[in-house]
Amino acid sequence: MNFYLTYVLVASALFAFTALFTLFALYSERKISAFIQDRLGPMEVGKYGSLQAFADILKMLQKEFIIPTAADKILFILAPIIIFVSVYLGFAALPWAPGLIPASLNLGLFYIFAILSIETLGILMAGWGSNNKYALLGSMRSVAQMVSYEIPAGISLLSVVMISQSLNLQEITIRQGILTSEAVNFLGIWDVKAIGGILAWNVFQAPHLIVAYIIYFIASLAECNRAPFDIPEAESELVGGFHVEYSGLRFAFIFLAEYSMMFLVGMIGVVLFLGGWNSPLPNISSVSLATWTTGIGWGIFWILTKTLCVVAVQIWLRWTLPRFRVDQLMSFCWKVLTPLAFLCMLISGIWRLTMM
Amino acid sequence: MIEKVLNVFKTVVKGLKLTLGHFFAATESRKVKPISDPGYFSQKTGTTTIQYPHIKLPVPDVGRYQLDVEMDDCIVCDLCAKICPVDCIDIESIKSTEAIGKTSDGTTKRLYAAKFDIDMAKCMYCGLCTVVCPTECIVMTDTYDRSMIDLSEMTYKFSDMTAAEADEKRLALEKLNAERLASKQAAMQQNTDNKI
Repeated sequence: MNFYLTYVLVASALFAFTALFTLFALYSERKISAFIQDRLGPMEVGKYGSLQAFADILKMLQKEFIIPTAADKILFILAPIIIFVSVYLGFAALPWAPGLIPASLNLGLFYIFAILSIETLGILMAGWGSNNKYALLGSMRSVAQMVSYEIPAGISLLSVVMISQSLNLQEITIRQGILTSEAVNFLGIWDVKAIGGILAWNVFQAPHLIVAYIIYFIASLAECNRAPFDIPEAESELVGGFHVEYSGLRFAFIFLAEYSMMFLVGMIGVVLFLGGWNSPLPNISSVSLATWTTGIGWGIFWILTKTLCVVAVQIWLRWTLPRFRVDQLMSFCWKVLTPLAFLCMLISGIWRLTMM
Repeated sequence: MIEKVLNVFKTVVKGLKLTLGHFFAATESRKVKPISDPGYFSQKTGTTTIQYPHIKLPVPDVGRYQLDVEMDDCIVCDLCAKICPVDCIDIESIKSTEAIGKTSDGTTKRLYAAKFDIDMAKCMYCGLCTVVCPTECIVMTDTYDRSMIDLSEMTYKFSDMTAAEADEKRLALEKLNAERLASKQAAMQQNTDNKI
């Protein structure tokens, strides 16, 4: 019976983390956007507006659930739950530190990608269920975009999997640091198994993975519907996109899913390309920085830092680049990213056969 | 093709640099200076937000905001009410029986203002009334943030007379008029008598 308790504890810890992260990301996004635009952002609630996100969430909790008369009630009510749960379940297979992973699945990466595609379904349900033309347009765009961008993202991840020879995210992470039992070569030539650090990360083990990472990063932006790929929400064209009709807690859940998704895709990228919980500091002869900075606490610290940096870049990009047009978005995915991702996969295969 | 790709990267990097520059410049905010300050336009970096209720942008004493009337200087000439494009000034004057006094610029006051109402909800802040005023008693002040709970509070009443005083003056005027009329009639009567 005890393991049920563990399950519940792990699940609540992950939920608490996503909720806290969302509040933090909400505040930091507002602040970063404000600073980029020479504004101050929230300043009134708490010191420097630090409690603004809590105030917002309190406001949302008090709001009434509104279901439009013409809406499909079942789809409308289920959609936010499906959207959030699909993202939330993705966290189950992500490694946080050596030996610390909610569920060490052999098919971890495959599972995450499978469960993330369900979010598309939720968005379509939200758009269709709202019975609102803007919501439907937004969700249609969103589905087209997410289905398309899953291909370059998936293929660029496959090129990592070909190098790592595993779908287990914990194993992929271990193979990028000093804890591995296999050979780790920097750029395929210099053995850095004992040195570790930044040199052992996947992007430096095989340089074409840098391209794969860029492809994955761009595709992941599209998958979490963020600018410059935010046409599903496109405030200026579609009011609010697929979630126009949602209010109160349901809207909060869609929001929660969106921000958790940012963290999730960032973390997948970090685990697969940027060394996961491995320390970026290398062992330099007797100064074994990598060995000192590897452990459960350090692991959590490193992966959080790396992922938050990636999230910061996502926010930074959002407030810099203008939105893509629908046709540009599609042609960029199918004509640029997908061929490039295939090329990366091909190089991975050759790399595996010749360099390793 | 390659040139196009390079251009994409170049422009993206340029944009990212620009926003990052602004992001790091946000550690300081621009000083709140009045427009008359010579350095007003020379502050190029930092956040521009003025945290309004706590900090206010300094404005000139005579700005283009709320209207104010110095009743001691007002000669109740009604020019402001006449020029007002939106008719927001409502004046009711009572002729005085004798000269009331002098304004600060030496004009003799001969009219009482029984009513001098300005409806600031109607006012369009054109400032024409302040231009035509011969004694410069109606001015625009630097007060601008005025919100009221009731719409009637937007009507500012400047008249310094109570209703009783106004009635008294009205009676005095009527009495004087009646006396004048009586004396006139008496004079006319005398004239006709003389002719006969």
